Amino acid sequence: MDITSLKGWEMREKLIKKEISSTEILSAHLSKIDKIEKDINAFITMDKENALKTAKRVDEKLQKGEKLGIIAGLPVGLKDNILTKNLRTTCGSRMLENFNPPYDATVVRKIVEEDGIILGKTNMDEFAMGGSTETSYFGNTRNPKDLTRVPGGSSGGSAAAVAANALPLALGTDTGGSVRQPASFCGIVGMKPTYGLVSRYGVVPMSNSLDQIGVFGRDVRDAHMMLQTVTGYDPLDATSSKRADRDISIEGIDSLKGLRIALPEQYKDLRITGDEKIQERFKETVKVFEDAGAIVEYVSLPSLQYALETYYVIMASEVTTNLSRFDGIRFGYRTENYETLDELYTNSRTEAFGEETKRRIMMGNYALSAGHQDQSYKKALRVRTLIKQDYENAFKDHDIILSLTAPMLPFKLDSIINSPVDMYKADLYTVPVNLAGLCGISIPMGDVDNLPVGLQITGPRFGDSTILKAGLGYERAVR
Amino acid sequence: MAKKTLIGLEIHVELSTDKKMFCNCKNQYGADVNTQVCPICLGLPGALPVIDKQAVEYAIRAGIAFDSKITDEIRMDRKNYFYPDLTKGYQISQSDHPLCAGGYLEIEPQSGPKKITLDRIHIEEDTGKQLHTEDGTSLLDFNRCGVPLVEIVTNPDVSSAEEAKLFLEKLRNTLKYIGISDVRMEEGSLRCDVNINVVDDEAGTKTNITEVKNLNSFRSAVKAIEYEEKRHRVLMEKGENTDKETRRWDEVVGETILMRKKYTADDYRFANEADITPIKIDREWLENIRENLPELPHAKKMRFIEEYDLSDYEAGVLTQSQELAHFFEETLVNVKDAKLLGNWMMGDVLRRLKDEDKDFEEMPISSTNLAELINLVKDGKINNNTGKKVLREMFETGNSPRAIVEEKGLIQISDEGELEKIVVEMLDNNPQSVEDFKNGKDRAVGFLVGQIMKATKGKANPQLVNKLLTEKIKER
Repeated sequence: MDITSLKGWEMREKLIKKEISSTEILSAHLSKIDKIEKDINAFITMDKENALKTAKRVDEKLQKGEKLGIIAGLPVGLKDNILTKNLRTTCGSRMLENFNPPYDATVVRKIVEEDGIILGKTNMDEFAMGGSTETSYFGNTRNPKDLTRVPGGSSGGSAAAVAANALPLALGTDTGGSVRQPASFCGIVGMKPTYGLVSRYGVVPMSNSLDQIGVFGRDVRDAHMMLQTVTGYDPLDATSSKRADRDISIEGIDSLKGLRIALPEQYKDLRITGDEKIQERFKETVKVFEDAGAIVEYVSLPSLQYALETYYVIMASEVTTNLSRFDGIRFGYRTENYETLDELYTNSRTEAFGEETKRRIMMGNYALSAGHQDQSYKKALRVRTLIKQDYENAFKDHDIILSLTAPMLPFKLDSIINSPVDMYKADLYTVPVNLAGLCGISIPMGDVDNLPVGLQITGPRFGDSTILKAGLGYERAVR
Repeated sequence: MAKKTLIGLEIHVELSTDKKMFCNCKNQYGADVNTQVCPICLGLPGALPVIDKQAVEYAIRAGIAFDSKITDEIRMDRKNYFYPDLTKGYQISQSDHPLCAGGYLEIEPQSGPKKITLDRIHIEEDTGKQLHTEDGTSLLDFNRCGVPLVEIVTNPDVSSAEEAKLFLEKLRNTLKYIGISDVRMEEGSLRCDVNINVVDDEAGTKTNITEVKNLNSFRSAVKAIEYEEKRHRVLMEKGENTDKETRRWDEVVGETILMRKKYTADDYRFANEADITPIKIDREWLENIRENLPELPHAKKMRFIEEYDLSDYEAGVLTQSQELAHFFEETLVNVKDAKLLGNWMMGDVLRRLKDEDKDFEEMPISSTNLAELINLVKDGKINNNTGKKVLREMFETGNSPRAIVEEKGLIQISDEGELEKIVVEMLDNNPQSVEDFKNGKDRAVGFLVGQIMKATKGKANPQLVNKLLTEKIKER
């Protein structure tokens, strides 16, 4: 039996029945990683030593008959923008190449409490900016389904590791699709919960009004298990919600019967061409829902046509201010090449930030600067309100919204990295969910040209359990 | 007068809350460098701010005290700029939506009462401090990072150094009254910047606005304003103009010195502070703050006039600070004569403190002791002049008046028999004076009283001496 090919929840069941030990689960994954990591490059930093210690502790607990946590004995990967005390956290950037955080993120504490085993920090686009994991300072990650292609991004390392059975579970962060799009590209489940459901304390922010920690698993049940582990109100995060303490249950659903589904009219008219096969796949998937008794209808969300531009203005503006603290003074990279204070700032940032990061800092500064602020940043904030309202209206009469996760198949390495706008367009379906603070999940809906394609299910704020149940229903319908 | 000076003030006030504004670090002045810091105030990646309710409450108190409009919803912004003492590359502040809008403070210059209107009061965090060593390196102390501040911005209603001084004093006094700050300029808990220019309405010209920083005391603010006002006016006379610039007050040279020219307006690229979602202000909480606000200086002054029948001037002086007003009322419980107590306080106590350049907090005499002293005089146990001597003694030793009086045997001689003997003796020894008096020279009495006081070392009851003298002279 290859332990790594099991789902996370299957491993846990076998662990509880004492058919396998936590240490065995860990070694199986370590051997797997040894075999594939040179091809995939999913990890930036591994923490084998601590992982082994934790696995032994879980085994002891099991022997003593103590109660085990939600993800007991399961290896977990953390995107490398989630702070781990005394374990290097780089954000995929030269800026933090040697940064050892003095504290743990809230989610790290929660994983430890639930007996999860943190195995390593996964590769990502620099400061989570990119859709291919190609902007990482630590080399790109490859897609396990086709090594000539990208795994998506920015949480590409986490997605690739889970898809390659190097880990059953992983965390990513999703600012405009950075969990859902790589999940789609790698053929696994990736979910961005409602903004405020998971604490952002200890997550290096990219765009703080949009960022949310997301979860990866090979099926909905695994994703749910990971989510249950990390969710909850955190007094250290003023944007976390007290509603996050409610149980996110997936019990009590067997069919899609009567589910009210909306399809945005705006997505009929694709702005990116060449994806007819994906569209076909999507139509077949919608039919699966209909055949199972769901009610499907088109609704209009007019503001969606401005979502991409709105997203890029707000995101870049927030990125600009969030990255200001990396100035070479207190932590992170400091240039050796300076005499004045201005040179210290400029050269440290010039030498340690990558191209995409610099591009977004420039974009954000432009959008916030006097003379442009009203036309760009402030206008984008107003459009964002309209997008929220459109969704609220759509969810008055519908339970979920279905769409593609990404408008394209996983693309070839190095193919569009130099065409930023093409790269940005990959976020078409995912960014509105972040702008409105909603929840969304990407679920594999088969292959096109032997490459995975993801279905995105979007739910209202705090409708996390609804989209998980819908995803579970779909998994059952196609099984 | 065609030329007018326009002065706007920007005052930063550190709030004396228990904690810093966004983390649980202590808000305390004077700790060892970099001991009151945590990931949040150090701006480490991933750390998030959570706003402290006490800081908001304190700022709201200021808003209520200055009659500002308190916002319905708190919104914070990021003010972006690079500086080594700024840990995040931005300061969490407020841009378009200040916590308190408008408001005013009334001052009373020679020319009569005047309202200085406020533009806004907003909340923000303080930065760290740079320490420059002799070898030219800069060290950073982040203890002050994240200490809550209110920034109070006036409209350019202030038109002279005198008005600025009155405004600052009243402002400091009020902030102390409402208990939100130590308002110590020397510790930096109150900092003031001045914006100044001169306008000639007749000629239709005006000078460019100069900003003056580094004002470490009210005195330097006054001197800097006087200096700048003159500089602007002289340039204007010559048909020249000032540059848009920031200047620094140099206390040693007594001049303002150019720091930097303002070729373009500073662009702080304000953005929403999305880590702090907008917070609705609970109206009930607001009312509660309003109701529990201590009596404000103006209200107290009006009450003193009403309740104690004091003059406008007296009431004004006695309510200058909360401590002084409280001391007055505490002493009054035992003295029971507001006018008399007022005279003592204003005439002797405050003059003495002023001579010694002390604040009222440094007052060495307790209210019980002062009341006892005044009662000794009122009850005729000692006379007025002795009372003043005893007060001086109290200032120096801190002893109780009774102890001083007993130790020095200063109890007034009010025994009629005893005094009569002295009076008769005095008349016997000074027949010329008796003669003078009979010839209508009233001044002779003064001389005789003086002689008697001298003989009794000032302890004789003056009223009794007068009475006995008049009686005894008539008998001759």
